[in-house]
Amino acid sequence: MQIDIKTSAVQQIRQTFSHVARRLGGDKPASRYQEATLELQPEDNFHYRPLWEPEFALYDKGRTAIRMNDWYAFKDPRQYYYGTYTITRSRQQDTMEKNIEFVSKRRLLSDLPDDAKGRIAALMVPLRHVEWAANTNNCFVTGYGWGTAITQATMFHSMDRLGIAQYLSRIGLLLDGNQGTSLLDGKDRWLNNPIWQGLRRLVEDTMVVKDWFETYVAQNVVLDGLLYPLVYRHIDQRLSQQYGPALGMLNEFASTWFDESNRWVDATLKTAASESTENAALLGRWIAKWFPQVLDALRPLAIEALGAEEAESVLREIAGVFEARVLKQGVSIASASEANHG
Amino acid sequence: MADSVFIAFQTNEDSRPIIEAIEADNPHAVINAFPAMVKIDAIGRLVIKRESIEARIGRDFDLRELQLNLISLSGNIDETDDEFILEWKA
Repeated sequence: MQIDIKTSAVQQIRQTFSHVARRLGGDKPASRYQEATLELQPEDNFHYRPLWEPEFALYDKGRTAIRMNDWYAFKDPRQYYYGTYTITRSRQQDTMEKNIEFVSKRRLLSDLPDDAKGRIAALMVPLRHVEWAANTNNCFVTGYGWGTAITQATMFHSMDRLGIAQYLSRIGLLLDGNQGTSLLDGKDRWLNNPIWQGLRRLVEDTMVVKDWFETYVAQNVVLDGLLYPLVYRHIDQRLSQQYGPALGMLNEFASTWFDESNRWVDATLKTAASESTENAALLGRWIAKWFPQVLDALRPLAIEALGAEEAESVLREIAGVFEARVLKQGVSIASASEANHG
Repeated sequence: MADSVFIAFQTNEDSRPIIEAIEADNPHAVINAFPAMVKIDAIGRLVIKRESIEARIGRDFDLRELQLNLISLSGNIDETDDEFILEWKA
């Protein structure tokens, strides 16, 4: 008997969900990111307006002054949805755990002299409070923002900040031999030490901004755009020169995370700015408002860590890079600050 | 056809952006979808660009990752960090 093996093709009737197909302009295969993002924002059938803000619906595009024809125009270039995000972060977490194990096994931090330990703790540990604020701010954006394309990414961003805060706490615990004294001391510095008060003031100011897109700009664009290069490039490098590479290994996630998440922050800024000149001008005004404040808030920290002279040149360099980066996304700070004064 | 090259991938989520990238970069290529396999035929030359794939998947891509879902190919291979080129060289 002869057996013929034949293949028969089964054509699937539909390539994707119809709400995704409408956006793609036809029934085409969609990526997981598209299927996990497009049109997922709840829009209909809300019976009641929120009691605390009856002028708005529960999810309302009017909660920000930024106007978008289509809020799904925001794309995350990393294409993170739950699956890809958790897989990526879990890999990075494994690497970080190995780094932390390496540092603790070889006693790279705990064997440093006490004044070195004190100095690292004084400069790094209070930053966990900045991260917590960043977590809260991104939660706020997620809660009040409109459109899954942006709120999904801000939720991931929010969790990232909690993770970075935990890594900073772990640095403290490695320095104080798991006593937790460095965390208490860090909180005391955050609340009382003059070096940190400008930054604390600024961070607290970002937490009471009402317009969620301004919160996004103040936190993710301006504050992070200036603080991360200062802390994780310049201060990290200085401490490594003085006390060995252990701290650099523990800051590895934060510094690679900054480069990675910047692609998304830039894309968001660019999308909003290219929508209309009004948006671009508003973004410019927001950045012009926060930019000098953040620089002032970071100055005492920079001077403490790098010395007065180098602090100025480093801050100038960081500010220059930041301005160029923002300008590249179609937002002009200079013309906005002129408009503010004029 | 002597001057025709092809590359075939398994049909899955990983190879879809690769196939889309090839389709965009090689307008003369013909995409044939078979059960569980996508075979791309092209007269002359077929170029796979790292950049185009990266633009679609939103992360860095190493062209050697192609091999994970590769079923078969024909043609002489010219492989660099940026491009994977199939063509018959005399």
